[in-house]
Amino acid sequence: MSSKADILKKIKQNQPAFSADLPDLNLLSSENPDVLATYKTVLKNIGGDPVEVTSYAEILDYIKKNYALEKRIITTIPELSEIASLDWTSDDPHLLADVELNIIKAHFGVAENSALWVTDDVLGQRVSPFIAQYLAIIVHKKDILASMHQAYERIGNQQYGFGTFIAGPSKTADIEQSLVLGAHGARGLIVFMLD
Amino acid sequence: MVKKQKKEMSSEKVIPHSEAATRFNKDTERVNWHDETLWFVREKRDKSAHQIPDWELLRETASQIKNNVLSNIHDYLIEFEANAQKNGIIVHWAADAKEHNQIVHSIMAKHEVKQMVKSKSMLTEECHLNDYLAEKGIEVIDSDLGEYIVQLRKEPPSHIVLPAIHLKKEDVSETFHEHLGTEKGNIDPQYLTESARLSLRNTFLTRKVALTGVNFAIAETGEIVVCTNEGNADMGAHLADVHIACMGFEKLIPERKHLGVFLRLLARSATGQPITTFSSHFKKPRAGKEIHIVIVDNGRSTQLGREDFRNSLKCIRCGACMNTCPVYRRSGGHSYHNAVAGPIGSILAPNLDMSKNADLPFASTLCGSCTNVCPVKIDIHDQLYKWRQVLVKEGHTPTAKTIAMNTMAKVLANPTIFNIAGKSGRFVMKNMPGLVNNKMNKWYDQREMPEVPEESFREWYKKNSREAKAKDNE
Repeated sequence: MSSKADILKKIKQNQPAFSADLPDLNLLSSENPDVLATYKTVLKNIGGDPVEVTSYAEILDYIKKNYALEKRIITTIPELSEIASLDWTSDDPHLLADVELNIIKAHFGVAENSALWVTDDVLGQRVSPFIAQYLAIIVHKKDILASMHQAYERIGNQQYGFGTFIAGPSKTADIEQSLVLGAHGARGLIVFMLD
Repeated sequence: MVKKQKKEMSSEKVIPHSEAATRFNKDTERVNWHDETLWFVREKRDKSAHQIPDWELLRETASQIKNNVLSNIHDYLIEFEANAQKNGIIVHWAADAKEHNQIVHSIMAKHEVKQMVKSKSMLTEECHLNDYLAEKGIEVIDSDLGEYIVQLRKEPPSHIVLPAIHLKKEDVSETFHEHLGTEKGNIDPQYLTESARLSLRNTFLTRKVALTGVNFAIAETGEIVVCTNEGNADMGAHLADVHIACMGFEKLIPERKHLGVFLRLLARSATGQPITTFSSHFKKPRAGKEIHIVIVDNGRSTQLGREDFRNSLKCIRCGACMNTCPVYRRSGGHSYHNAVAGPIGSILAPNLDMSKNADLPFASTLCGSCTNVCPVKIDIHDQLYKWRQVLVKEGHTPTAKTIAMNTMAKVLANPTIFNIAGKSGRFVMKNMPGLVNNKMNKWYDQREMPEVPEESFREWYKKNSREAKAKDNE
């Protein structure tokens, strides 16, 4: 307790007397005439795979064709219950260690960096997008914004316990700057861009 | 008693930057590779920055936000703590490294846990937390791949963003062969990364306490943001019962929307990526779990009071100044003997320990490249120059340099002495080169001494100036 008082006292003494105003963020332009094209290009550049779809049926088809269905697949989306389980969200998170594929839905995406915003509401469990070997995220095309400034306008004062931007699969270049996908989190990320 | 003294002495002793750099430069091929690798990262930063038409405005905006933070940090800290507590987060305050380490240990002790998984936190490097916890019998595993590699090798990170940038894949292969039993001689980065993934996955699944750093703390909401590419901070934090997040108090930003500015700048400046893979916002703990935030001063409030150097607290730890620095690239992070190396580290370190780090502000050509790439517009090279003046005034420069400078001042101030010194210098260099071309002369270290002119400019001018010629013609 005394450290807090000491630290604050010293800061008050030493911080500059004049106060610089906070800048106007509206001066930063966030225009982009073609957010969808930008989103796809940026996502590919950072190792993710954009897949345009028109319905959940198409998503089901894609997963059936491209993933081993005998392995454990989880989701928080009732429309995908045919291929993925929904009853894991109150389990001990450690039990998700054997998940092969996790399919979740993002609130929105950001074209300039291909990031997708997800929070507790859509994650099922916080660890779910990190612990699964592969990750698929569904985002509506109309929910792709131009820049991070628009992203935070959209978030506004949204309430969440945990939220994260996910941009591409987990990666590292810590060994001689060689890019390797699948560091500790998902080895691959598919983004289903839904009409 | 004697033993204790000895230990204290040895912990004080560091190899000066120039000496460490000389050692680093013995392996020319490796130095060239190190130089090129970091320049490659700098080029990626340029490419990425040039894609943002508003880049300069973005830097200016970030700088203004940080200036506002420096002036109001007292109130923002109080606001942050209150909001974090409202969110169910436990907030601690540490005046220095020792108190920080004690707080972390007390949380471990309270939960009777002996193992910790840690993601990247330069603050804990600054505080030497790992050593402290090891003495208390607590095992810490660093989970960022680069940090994991250097930890296995018992080395500190050499770069704040790329901790193992000084190592080649052959080095990593040997380290992993020894510690993880990977195939001898297999240097494939994919294979090596996969081996670490498997080993660390088991770590994540079995640790009850996870420690992370903090990239940004938001006063308005009481949440913290942690950025990683690997997902290691999240794997640790979401599987543990207790998440400890340690931050220097300068990590505060006023409002959530300001993250839009900083997240656009951070990864682009660091590695040229448009954003890190994960930018995780921790606001409330999971039900029945704990989040602790340790707010650390450790000299920062002193730096805040140094008008010439307080701007260094705006740093967002992107590492761009290191990647672009010609001295860093050719001397390596370890030669800076400080948790944060490179140009920014050389401004921060003398604040922590002036005498130990007096060499660092001199490890620069003052070319200004660092200042030009800094995403929050810290006047890094100006501050390096100003530190030099402070250090000389306070008597922290090496004796040889002080004597040389004083002599130089006398010689330059007196034309007669200057004349004589010039003449005798030229005589010596011409007739007794061994007196100059030797190890005592720092200028001879990496260069040949120049050929000696027959006369000085002054002598030449005397002969050739208009007045002299007019005199001759008389």
